[in-house]
Amino acid sequence: MKYLYLVWKSLWRKKVRTILTILSVFVAFLLFGLLSALNQVFGGAADLANAQRLVTLDKISIINSLPSAYLPRIESVSGVERVAHASWFGGYYQDPKNQFAQFAVDPERYLDVYPEVIVADDQREKWMKTRDSVLVGRELMEAFDWSIGDRIPMYSSIWTNKSGSQVWDFEIAGLFDSDDPRSNTQLMLIQYDYFDEGRAFGNGTMGWFILTIDGAGNAAEIANAVDTQFANSPNQTKTSTEAAFAESFIGQYGNIALIISLILTAVFFTILLVSGNTMAQSVRERIPELAVLKTLGFQDKGVLGIVLAESTFVMLIGGGLGLGVAVLIVNILGLVPLPGFYLDGAALALGGLYILLAGLIAGIFPAIRAMRLTIIDALSRA
Amino acid sequence: MSWIQQIIAVTSLNLRSIPQRLGASLVAIIGVAAVVGVFAGVLSMANGFRKTMIAAGSTDSVVILRAGSTGELASAISSEQIQIIQTSPGIRKNGGISEVSGELYVVVDVAKKSTNEAANVPLRGVQPGAFEIRENMSIIEGRSFEEGKNELVVGRSAQKQFKGLEVGGTIPFGVVEWTIVGVFEDDGSVSESELWADVRVVQATYRRGNSFQTVRAKLQSPESIDELKTALDADPRIDVDVVNEREFYSQQSKAMSDLISFVGYPLTILMSIGAIFGALNTMYSSISARAKEIATLRAIGFRPLAILISVIIESGALAIIGGVVGGGLAWLFLNGFTVSTLNAASFSQVVFDFAVSPDLIVQGLLAAVVIGLVGGLFPAIRAVRLPVSTALREL
Repeated sequence: MKYLYLVWKSLWRKKVRTILTILSVFVAFLLFGLLSALNQVFGGAADLANAQRLVTLDKISIINSLPSAYLPRIESVSGVERVAHASWFGGYYQDPKNQFAQFAVDPERYLDVYPEVIVADDQREKWMKTRDSVLVGRELMEAFDWSIGDRIPMYSSIWTNKSGSQVWDFEIAGLFDSDDPRSNTQLMLIQYDYFDEGRAFGNGTMGWFILTIDGAGNAAEIANAVDTQFANSPNQTKTSTEAAFAESFIGQYGNIALIISLILTAVFFTILLVSGNTMAQSVRERIPELAVLKTLGFQDKGVLGIVLAESTFVMLIGGGLGLGVAVLIVNILGLVPLPGFYLDGAALALGGLYILLAGLIAGIFPAIRAMRLTIIDALSRA
Repeated sequence: MSWIQQIIAVTSLNLRSIPQRLGASLVAIIGVAAVVGVFAGVLSMANGFRKTMIAAGSTDSVVILRAGSTGELASAISSEQIQIIQTSPGIRKNGGISEVSGELYVVVDVAKKSTNEAANVPLRGVQPGAFEIRENMSIIEGRSFEEGKNELVVGRSAQKQFKGLEVGGTIPFGVVEWTIVGVFEDDGSVSESELWADVRVVQATYRRGNSFQTVRAKLQSPESIDELKTALDADPRIDVDVVNEREFYSQQSKAMSDLISFVGYPLTILMSIGAIFGALNTMYSSISARAKEIATLRAIGFRPLAILISVIIESGALAIIGGVVGGGLAWLFLNGFTVSTLNAASFSQVVFDFAVSPDLIVQGLLAAVVIGLVGGLFPAIRAVRLPVSTALREL
C-alpha cells in the first residue's frame, strides 16, 4: 500500500500512452460484456430450464400436435405431479415483422407448472374468467405500448377460426413478469378452450405437454414410462427434461457459442499484446529510474510488485469502465432488444477474473525484467 | 530536394528502420489483423447464408402460399385449389400439362453429425413436376424416388451435415422406415438442405389427407406473374399469395442475415476503435523514440509536411499488412467452411458455407486503412510540432 503513490505517479509519467492503453482495455471489456450477453441469448434458456420439469413432444417432429386424450394418460404415470399443455398459435400483430411467441394454454395448469411466472391476483382472476382474454409478458407489453383492457387483433398464419378469418380478437386481461431478469417475457398466453373451439381444424390436439415430477432423480425413468405408454400408437412421443430440450433446441442454431468465444479469444489476445508491449516499453525507458529505486534500498520483490501493480491498475481502470458501460447498455438502459440479452453475475465475475489475469500476464515479463536488474548495469546504461 | 523526393527519402528511412522496432510494429499489425479477420469471419457467415438462400430462387418460378402465410410451414392449399392453379394463365406448359407442383413441407428430426443432437430437417413431399420446375436440380448419385414408395432423395448438403443419409440406408421417422435411394444437388442452394419424397406418401404418413401446403409453378416468362396474380385474385374459390421464388427466399433469409449483420458491424466498429488505440500507441512510441532523428531531419532542411506524410504512410503500411494477413487468414480458414443453423423463418435447418467474398475483403482492407491513417495522423502531427531545439536537447 505504501507504494501506491509511486505506482500512481509512474502510471502518469506518459499520460497519452497510459490513456490509450486504458482505452483499448476499455473497448476489450466492453466487447466482452456485450458478447457475454449475446451468449446468454443463445445459451440462457438452457440455464433457466428447470430439472424438475419434463417436456413431451411428438417423436417425429416438434411441429406435429398430439391428441388431447394423452393428457389424462400422462397424468396417470406414477411420479408425475402436474401436467400442463401448450399449442402454437403462430401469429403476428399488425405486420408479419411483429413476430413473437403465442401459446394457447390451460391457464390454471400452465401457472401451476411455471411458478416463476408472476401475475397480480386480480389480473390472473380476470384472465381465467374471460375466455377471449390473453396474458401478455412485460417486455411485449412495453414493446407495443399496450395497456390492460386493450383489445388487439392477432393474425394467425396457421389457424383459421370458425368464421373463416385468420384474425383473432383478444382482450388483454393482464401482464405477467418473471422473477428472473434473464427470462424471456416476449410471450402471449391465450386460453386453450377458446382457441380450440374457435379453430376450424386441428380440434382436440395439443402442441406439447409440460410435466412436473416429484423428484429430479427420477426424470429419466418417468420420461421413459410416459413414452412407453404411446409406443404403439400413431403418435409416438419423446419426453426429455426441459433443460435437455432447451439445450438441443439451442444446439440447432449451430455453434454460435463457439464462434463467440473464438472472437473473444482473438480480442483478448490482441489487447494483451498491446498492453504487454506498452508495459515492456515503459519499463525499458525507466531502467535508470528503477536502478535508482534499487539503490535507495527497494527490494527486488518490491520493484516486481510496483511494475505488476502498474499493469494491473491499467487493466482495472479500463476493464472496470468497460464492464460498467456494458452493464449500463445491457441491463440498465436495455438498448438491445433481444430476448434474454442480459449480463448476469457469473459473466461479470468472469470478467473481473479476466481483468486480474490480464494485468498479471501483461505485467509479468517486464516485472521480472525489472526485478532482475542489477544496479551497476542499469545505471551504466543511462 | 523536391517535395516528392523528400517524402520518398523519409518514408524509406522509416520503413527500413522498422526491423529495429519489430515488437511494436508487430503489435500494430496483429491488432489490425484481428479486426479484419473477425470482420470478414462474422460477415462471411451472413453472406454465405444469404447466398445459399438466394441461389434457390429463380425469377421465372413462383411460390404460391395461402394468403397471409409467413412461411411454407404455416401455409395450406387444398387439392381443388391446385386444380384451379393448373388451369390458370401465365404458367408454362410442357406437353400440354402445366408445370405445377403441389408440395407438402414438414419437419423431421435427424441427428446432426457434429453434435449427434436431433435437428429440424425439412422433408418436402413433391409432385412429379417438381424436378423440372427447379432447372438446376439434378440427381448426382443413385436415382429418384418411385411414386407410392417410402423412398427419399436427399440434398447434397443435408447428406454431409446430418447422420444416416447414405444411399441404400434406411432411416426411421416415427413408425415408418424410409429408404434413401439418391442424392441431388441444386447449385448449392437451400434446397440441398432438404429431403424429398413423393407427396402422396408424405400426405399418408403425416395424415394430411389430400391437402398440400405450397405450390411451385414455372412461369412462361418472369412477367407472366401479373397475369397469374390477376387470374387468381379474381377467383373467389382461392385466396393465395403469389410470390416470385427469388423474392420468397430473400424474405425467408432476411431476419437471419440481418441478425448476423446486426451483430457483425457494431462488433467490427468497436474492435476497430480498440485497434486504433493500439496503432496510436505504437506510432506515438515509435515517434517519441525517434524524436532526435526527426529533429535532425528537420534541422537539415526536411519539410515538416514531408515528415508528417511519411509517418502516416508508415502507419498505413503496417495497417495494410495487418489487413491482408487478417483477411487472408479468414479466407484460408473460413471460406467454404460448412455449418448449419436453424432458420426461424422456416423453422428448419439450412446448411450453408461461409463465403469470404472479395467485397468483404475490400471492406476489411478499407477498415484497416482507416485505422492506419487515424493511428498515424496524431503522432505525425506531434512529431512535426515539437520545436527542433527542444527535441534535439531531449534525452
